[in-house]
Amino acid sequence: MPRTLVIIPALNEEDALPVVLRDLARSVPDHDVLVVDDGSVDGTADAARSGGARVAQLPFHLGIGGGLRTGFRYAVDQGYERAVQFDADGQHDPAEIASLFALLDSGSDLAIGSRFAASERSYRIGHVRSAAMRFLRLAFQVLSGQSFTDTSSGFRAFSRPMLEFFSHNYPVEYMDSVEALLLACYAGFTVTETKVTMRERQAGAPSTRSVRLIYSYLRLLIVMTSSASLRSRARRMAV
Amino acid sequence: MSTRAHVLVLAITVFNLIVILRLVRRRELRAKYSILWVSIGALLVAMAASPRLLDRISLTLGIIYPPATFFLGAITLLFLISIHFSWELSRLEERTRTLAEEVALLRLKLEEAQRHQPAEEKSNEPAP
Repeated sequence: MPRTLVIIPALNEEDALPVVLRDLARSVPDHDVLVVDDGSVDGTADAARSGGARVAQLPFHLGIGGGLRTGFRYAVDQGYERAVQFDADGQHDPAEIASLFALLDSGSDLAIGSRFAASERSYRIGHVRSAAMRFLRLAFQVLSGQSFTDTSSGFRAFSRPMLEFFSHNYPVEYMDSVEALLLACYAGFTVTETKVTMRERQAGAPSTRSVRLIYSYLRLLIVMTSSASLRSRARRMAV
Repeated sequence: MSTRAHVLVLAITVFNLIVILRLVRRRELRAKYSILWVSIGALLVAMAASPRLLDRISLTLGIIYPPATFFLGAITLLFLISIHFSWELSRLEERTRTLAEEVALLRLKLEEAQRHQPAEEKSNEPAP
């Protein structure tokens, strides 16, 4: 049985999934794919099944965090040694997974594929979003004492201990990736990042609108400012 | 307070108490909430029945305008109750989420089991 699980949270991605699954099968040796269908209303589950993936269908929409936690639970339950979180819309390059796994092999628990670690700007975003992300990075540095170029990347690889931790405690609200990163740092896991290049999305539209983004940043700010309790929570959970 | 207003307040609180007791009797309200609401109802009836009570409490607390004591108590209580409900709602949402995740994984396991042993399953079925 393969030791590696690729977790793909998907919401209405029937157009992009076949290509993504085909690319994955080509470039990553020896792995299983779990598509977590987060309450899609199109043929996402069928597209995933005919692409050779296992499909966990959530009865209703939970958001990316809920989908991921489902994946982590499955990975822990089925005895996988490591897992990678992968986008359903084709933005991530499967060839980059190897460099994430290289970080895990050298002792990391959480390996982040950063869109910004590169000196050249490979990933273009708007001014507002870019400023918000800079702010986030700064706040993160102050709170955790660690510095990452991309705190909200959705391209990550997880070691077995990290999977066990997140299968219980993965944050379920939007912007889960930043909160998860904080939890991992507070709980004392080794987190490293490497540069990845992003591709154009295969199909579908970006899932964020500006009003929602503002709300999410506000929520995140509250979560981060209550970091003292977060820290103790993470310690408690790690025991 | 005029006699008419007095009777009105008493009628409202008694009506509230009856509604709560009916809900409890029909088991539509969990015991922990019924205790909360019944004691609040009892407190309201006591206050409505004897306005002197409120005056005396206000005097002890140093509040000059007795109705202010009532509103202060009511607002504090309602505030605490809404916070409690938010907490309870968060907890319920977390449990619903976890259940949804479990359902998805169980369904996947069931599908896998059915795919791997369809022949065996059929042979296990009793002959008609």
